[in-house]
Amino acid sequence: MSRGLRLIPIVLLVWLVIGLASQMVERSVPQFALAPAVNSKPGLNSADLVSGQPRLVNIFASWCVPCIGEAPVLAELRRRGVSIDGIAVRDTPNALNAFLARNGDAFERIGSDRQSEVQIAFGSSGVPETFLIDGKGVIRRQYIGPLNASNIPGMVRELEQAR
Amino acid sequence: MKRFALLIAISTAQPVLAESNLPPAYWSNRELPNAKQEAQAEALMEQLRCLVCQGQSIADSDAELAGDMRDLVRRRIAAGEKPSAIRGWLIQRYGSWISYRPTDEPAAWPLWLARVALLLAGAWLIRRRVRLKARG
Repeated sequence: MSRGLRLIPIVLLVWLVIGLASQMVERSVPQFALAPAVNSKPGLNSADLVSGQPRLVNIFASWCVPCIGEAPVLAELRRRGVSIDGIAVRDTPNALNAFLARNGDAFERIGSDRQSEVQIAFGSSGVPETFLIDGKGVIRRQYIGPLNASNIPGMVRELEQAR
Repeated sequence: MKRFALLIAISTAQPVLAESNLPPAYWSNRELPNAKQEAQAEALMEQLRCLVCQGQSIADSDAELAGDMRDLVRRRIAAGEKPSAIRGWLIQRYGSWISYRPTDEPAAWPLWLARVALLLAGAWLIRRRVRLKARG
């Protein structure tokens, strides 16, 4: 068998694998309106994400263990002036308040997504995921899984570019 | 090669399954009162991939996200939406990967071509056998 032919299964696999990320990147945020997830902050709707300023939407939950790990990264981004909104998936106000008190709270608004409906509308398949949204409300990037400190410089740069 | 291995590892990694703080969505484990609509919903649910438990359809899965997707499918069908429109809406978000029904997109061409190729290979094998027999 020639070398070229042997590569065919690998090429096919890569082809299939590339299709797994959200197809919503480079599209406008979906239409949605979520009630406040906690008493101390407003809820979130699509119009909030068309703010003329690039921002982040973090899809998370108080019952999500990796979300604890990325909380300091969100706090650092907030310190650097990044606007972050949250979508809390399948959560209760009490559990969320406890989570925010323990792990820090970098969110301007948090919408309560009780049936994962908005998560699905974003093309997200788990928590945590973070979407970078430009000033016109177009999704520019999806970060799958918990953010870590090494993401920060790249994210700050991309937010700058999304202005 | 290292990068490639990493790509495979990332793309096949399973998220940690955790139970959320809320009970299952209303229509996740409840049939629609209209039998025809329920049949439509079930047919569609069997063709939609569970996102957090690869290899299962949302009809087969106990995952909460699969339950929420069943709820979404049933609510939309009860509201009069066509199954093809719901499938299209989901494909717009997750790509054709979410649907078990093969598409006619270029990514699926090898799949369609494989039938023709296998048929031709079979015909060639039979022809060779027949010839060998005729000769022997």
